[in-house]
Amino acid sequence: MRKLLLTASVLALAATAMPASAETIRWARGADALTLDPHSQNEGTTHTFAHHIYETLVWRDTEGTLIPRLATEWNLKEGDDTTWVFKLREGVTFHDGAEFNAEDVVFSLDRARSERSNMRQLHADVESVTAVDDYTVEVKLKGPSPLYPNNLTNTFMMDKTWSETNDVVEVQDYAGGEDNYAVRNTNGTGPYKLVSREVGVRSVMEVNPDHWAETDPAVTEIIYTPISDAATRVAALLSGEVDFVQDVPVQDIERLSSTDGIKVATGPENRIIYFGYRLSEEPLASSDVTDKNPFADPKVLEAMHLSIDRDAIKEVVMRGNSVPTGVAMPPFVNGWTEELDAYPAPDLERARALMEEAGYADGFTVTLDTPNNRYVNDEAISQAVVGMLGQIGIRVTLASRPVAQHSPLVTNGETDFYLLGWGVPTFDSAYIFNDLIHTKEGNYGAYNPSGYSNAELDEKIESLGTQTDIEARDATIAEIWATIQEDRVLLPIHNQVLAYATKSNFTIDVHPENQPNMSNVTIGE
Amino acid sequence: MAAGDGEPIVLSKPPSRLYRAWDSDIFYSYRRSPVTIIASIVVVIIVGAALLAPWIAPYDPFNPASLNLMDGFTPPFSESRMGNFYLLGTDNQGRDVFSTILYGSRISLFVGFSATLFAMALGISLGLVAGYQGGTADAVIMRIADVQLSFPAILIALLIFGIARGIIPPSQQESMAVYVLIVAIGLANWAQFARTVRGATMVERQKDYVSAARIMGVHPVLILARHVLPNVMGPVMVIATIGLALAIIEEATLSFLGVGVPPTQPSLGTLIRIGQQYLFSGEWWILFFPALTLVLLALSVNLLGDWLRDALNPRLR
Amino acid sequence: MTAFVIRRLLQSIIVMLAVSLVAFLVFRYVGDPIDSMVGQDTRLADREAMRERLGLNEPFYIQFATFVGNAVQGNFGISYRLQEPVTRLIMERLPATIELAFASATIALVFGLFFGVYTALKPKSPLTSVVMTLSLAGVSLPTFLIGIGLIYIFAVELGWLPSFGRGETVMVGGWRTGLLTESGLRSLILPAITLSLFQLTLIMRLVRAEMLEVLRADYIRFAKARGLSNRAINFGHALKNTLVPVITITGLQLGSVIAFAIVTETVFQWPGVGSLFIQSVQVVDVPVMAAYLMFIAFVFVVINLIVDILYYMVDPRLRVGTGKR
Repeated sequence: MRKLLLTASVLALAATAMPASAETIRWARGADALTLDPHSQNEGTTHTFAHHIYETLVWRDTEGTLIPRLATEWNLKEGDDTTWVFKLREGVTFHDGAEFNAEDVVFSLDRARSERSNMRQLHADVESVTAVDDYTVEVKLKGPSPLYPNNLTNTFMMDKTWSETNDVVEVQDYAGGEDNYAVRNTNGTGPYKLVSREVGVRSVMEVNPDHWAETDPAVTEIIYTPISDAATRVAALLSGEVDFVQDVPVQDIERLSSTDGIKVATGPENRIIYFGYRLSEEPLASSDVTDKNPFADPKVLEAMHLSIDRDAIKEVVMRGNSVPTGVAMPPFVNGWTEELDAYPAPDLERARALMEEAGYADGFTVTLDTPNNRYVNDEAISQAVVGMLGQIGIRVTLASRPVAQHSPLVTNGETDFYLLGWGVPTFDSAYIFNDLIHTKEGNYGAYNPSGYSNAELDEKIESLGTQTDIEARDATIAEIWATIQEDRVLLPIHNQVLAYATKSNFTIDVHPENQPNMSNVTIGE
Repeated sequence: MAAGDGEPIVLSKPPSRLYRAWDSDIFYSYRRSPVTIIASIVVVIIVGAALLAPWIAPYDPFNPASLNLMDGFTPPFSESRMGNFYLLGTDNQGRDVFSTILYGSRISLFVGFSATLFAMALGISLGLVAGYQGGTADAVIMRIADVQLSFPAILIALLIFGIARGIIPPSQQESMAVYVLIVAIGLANWAQFARTVRGATMVERQKDYVSAARIMGVHPVLILARHVLPNVMGPVMVIATIGLALAIIEEATLSFLGVGVPPTQPSLGTLIRIGQQYLFSGEWWILFFPALTLVLLALSVNLLGDWLRDALNPRLR
Repeated sequence: MTAFVIRRLLQSIIVMLAVSLVAFLVFRYVGDPIDSMVGQDTRLADREAMRERLGLNEPFYIQFATFVGNAVQGNFGISYRLQEPVTRLIMERLPATIELAFASATIALVFGLFFGVYTALKPKSPLTSVVMTLSLAGVSLPTFLIGIGLIYIFAVELGWLPSFGRGETVMVGGWRTGLLTESGLRSLILPAITLSLFQLTLIMRLVRAEMLEVLRADYIRFAKARGLSNRAINFGHALKNTLVPVITITGLQLGSVIAFAIVTETVFQWPGVGSLFIQSVQVVDVPVMAAYLMFIAFVFVVINLIVDILYYMVDPRLRVGTGKR
């Protein structure tokens, strides 16, 4: 027994001694990655985590500019505007020592656009992927696709041999099925290797000494801890248990900034927060109006838009940390204009008059589904909107759920009225149209539970994928936005602002896609 | 009233029913216990305020039309940005904290009382059946009660809540939440009643008058209701009082865990969950006042339960 | 002896079967298992094939038998939420919960005994009335409020102790322990205290009542008459005689401490089975719910069985009429 204790305490010593010598960052965030399978979920937290272990062909710096990663160059093939050619970085190895080459890219892109992959809508226009030689890959698209490389910033490269050996050629079926090796194990080319992972508790990564980058990261060890409760997260930073809190509650920014040894960086995220509602003719499941859908009446929609006081939400709920907007598109995105961005001043009198005209003088009831752990103050925003809609007689019941349970409601079309946030990794409007506006069918409309279906609009949206004339394309985008705004397909609230809090010696720039990478962190005194 | 008063006793008015109650053992012990008096005053105030909430609350926090988001985070005893006065300040949505506590207590008490009544009805019926019938019915009912008593009530309630979430369609979940809570907490607390009632029933059953009634062919339900039930009401009231405190705490705990009532219709537990988010940013009142109300309420009901037990059962004193 | 043990064992098995029936009903009928497992695009024919493969078309009793059979082998299927075998999830989180439960049971026992004895021996002391009043307040304070309060005072304002999690952990033969590192031990303090308060109150009141009872007993009076020192009487005789029921109750309570840990684990983000259960209830992760229920029932049954058998061995009176108990 004594011997066992002795061994154990030696182990313990070893375990505690380790972090002191290395440059460790203890990173706390509200949620954990949903899975380690890089193509299973198209979800920000999961991607941010994966970016440390796996790498993409291209990615973005904190300015939002596309920069090389595993691909060093990319061009349209000469004389063929439907084929993109990628030159790959040479001398890159996976964590298990295998070499990275064109075969792996072909495998990974095919995997990412396979049936079960949630990344497949980004590659909907891909016809085939072929390796020209060891370090050149050609992606043939169904039509001209001038912006395709934008879609690659979250598509990670896996090793073909490793995937075959471990039977993970197929993407994990997240909705069910068997345990999958890639859910728990990784083999990427990234700057960090996974050391250990307890799901939802703690993941440890250590620096990959064989990484291709010329400069070694300052941070050599990452301890990633999901802390779901916001107050506990802040407490952990205040008491010195973590070094970096990625999602700081807006109410605590002031307190943290004024605390010695802690600094807070804020910056705009490329993410819009909006409300969606069912627009099809059939009655709402959660309403007391049982013979028709009040949201299908344009007057009701206009009244709703007029009842929302975005400035008040910014002032009180977000404590000044948001950028109110009238269009469901962040300013980073191609297609954004100041005119679209303008939002109406709330006009309750007019809104009530519209409700009366629509025959809802006494209002109606509906349930609003909101996540409560995904976006900055998501539940509080919804609550504020419940209050504002109450002013015009719409009696809203708020159903608040963790995002894991909320998002299936949206993707399965089981919601009448919901809050969602949408980041635009391609920095192009088409990404918004494809998922939020296009009729739900095939690769399109995955996040369009509204039943909104406009054949003419769908056609225009699909044409964007192949339009090579940039000017004509931008004109189409403007037309589509005009229709969306006229039909009030979405009810935008604001662009999210991010706040990162760190110990003063760490410097982490706010990333517009909220994907900070520890390999870029600088450490001072 | 000494004998030397000169007035014949027969002429004095018989003491009123109220006076007799006041003079009884129970009220003697009540008058002698200042703690109990204070506790009952607190309970009466909170319950009364909750019942009268629509009339005494300065604002209606459930009526979104009366809310002003711009008034959010107003500290207690001060004027808001919009020039309104809030006694205990406002929360993150600009709701008057004092009013939300009144309405929140209403929901907490409604769930607490309903769940306790439900547990009581279920427990008493099953206890009566088990005690009176004996045999297999007794064995089965009491075995279930035994197993259930060894699980913490909060676990049972969570489980029932989880099952309900699986059965009820998403669009109905929030409107059903209060009833699910009542059933969950009620089902988690019936066993204590059943056990007590069964014991008392078995004792009563042996008595001659019950046997006589049975031989005369009086329907068992009538016997139970007329003879047995009144005799078990004392201990049942004690369990019910302590059970009420438990139910209120359980409701608060479930709502705090995020599986209770929706945030737009907050109970005390939900208010505490919301307030907890503002603990570090200096808006202490959003958490403090609801928490204080909950603790005062639970403590006072517990004190009443303790007193009632001692008063009904002098040997335990 | 053997007959007694066998009968208790049989009873335990019946209880476990009853609980597994409940667990099975939850597992099978809360939501359509197929709906939870396949995407909405799955065609009807595939669903039917899956139904067949999973045995969902079998008669009820065969399905139940399969469920029990799998459960006995520790197979509860795959968590809908985390896509991992439920048994592995529970086993990974079990050490955290058990360490927390034992730490808080120890605190409850030590302080419960101390305060119980003190308040019994010195009923007039002012400290006694303070302790008795606090104990009632302790019962009325919801666990989560105590937790929040402790975090605010000791982690945030004073900065003495960690506010969440288990700190550094070490693997010792498949058991992930936090007891061997400084940060692990420091992390344990606040949650253990929070969890212990309720049991502490219970044990204190029990010890006090038992002590008062024993101190009135004849043999204590004789001892006093014989001129034994107070110390010898109080601790040699009185306390010794109160210990048996106290330890029994503490043992029996250990199971409910594990189940009670749900709330404490949530407040302190303690990565144990309790917080796993809460997360599962929130998203209706049925396999985890069913497995947790079975697990807690198993703990209770085993503890009760051990206590019963110990009692039987310790208390000779129970042995006389083997038929009655």
